[in-house]
Amino acid sequence: MKPGHGEVLIAEGDPRVSEEEERLVEEFRRQLDGGMWAAVPTVDGRSGRRRAELVQHYADIPPAAERVIFFPRAAGG
Amino acid sequence: MLLALLVLALIALALTMPLLWRGGSELAARHRERMGRSRVSAGGLYDPGRERRAEQRARELLRSCVNDEEWAMYRDLGFIRVPGALSRRTGDADTEGPAYAYLIYAHKPIVAYVPASGRLLSEYCVEFPDLTGEADRSRLPASDDVLAKWMALTSDESRVIGRANMHLVGRQLDPSRVRRDLWRLAEWERRRSRETPAAGA
Repeated sequence: MKPGHGEVLIAEGDPRVSEEEERLVEEFRRQLDGGMWAAVPTVDGRSGRRRAELVQHYADIPPAAERVIFFPRAAGG
Repeated sequence: MLLALLVLALIALALTMPLLWRGGSELAARHRERMGRSRVSAGGLYDPGRERRAEQRARELLRSCVNDEEWAMYRDLGFIRVPGALSRRTGDADTEGPAYAYLIYAHKPIVAYVPASGRLLSEYCVEFPDLTGEADRSRLPASDDVLAKWMALTSDESRVIGRANMHLVGRQLDPSRVRRDLWRLAEWERRRSRETPAAGA
């Protein structure tokens, strides 16, 4: 998410392909270093409840995740 | 006498002409600069449809992340309710549902309230500022702002609440309007549970 633009595709690739995964890792770090938060939308298998999971490391991304959404850090308004 | 006054007036006008000319040029230059800035935004010509397209994309993204009920709530009422996940007090254990919940509005504070009684607790002012400085003070599209709050609350409620500025309800939001929204929400849920019995379960 980018102020003034909304959703912008930053990178896409197959994490099972090493070259593509490297690019995804690099972009993931770049976004977090830039001060963004990374979230993965998830669905609880039992209750079906939807929520988000904040991830701070690439390795924390659930293997089944199809996307990671970066958004600016929350600040007091 | 009149002739002398006329001559003096002409001389004064002639003397002030350069000053008037310079002042006019500066005003014109400032006006040109302002117009240029407003026409060019974020490195390109101003596109009046950009914000509308951004909001459409944001709505699709929000819809793909939240559940059907939350999406319908946002579509119909303009806000989303998220149950509070922090620990309950012992005395609340017998009540059904969450001890407290939040209403998420776009570009307005998050409101905490007690679903069982409708009591308004507090408003949390939170925003998601541009950190790159590229966006020239613009903000997230409305639906992205709602999604960012939803993601922050459902993933790490303590963190987002800890970062927000907390006030009693009424600082930015009109309490009577929030109460009216709670009434609208209750009516909406009643109607929805009648139309789709599974939704009320």
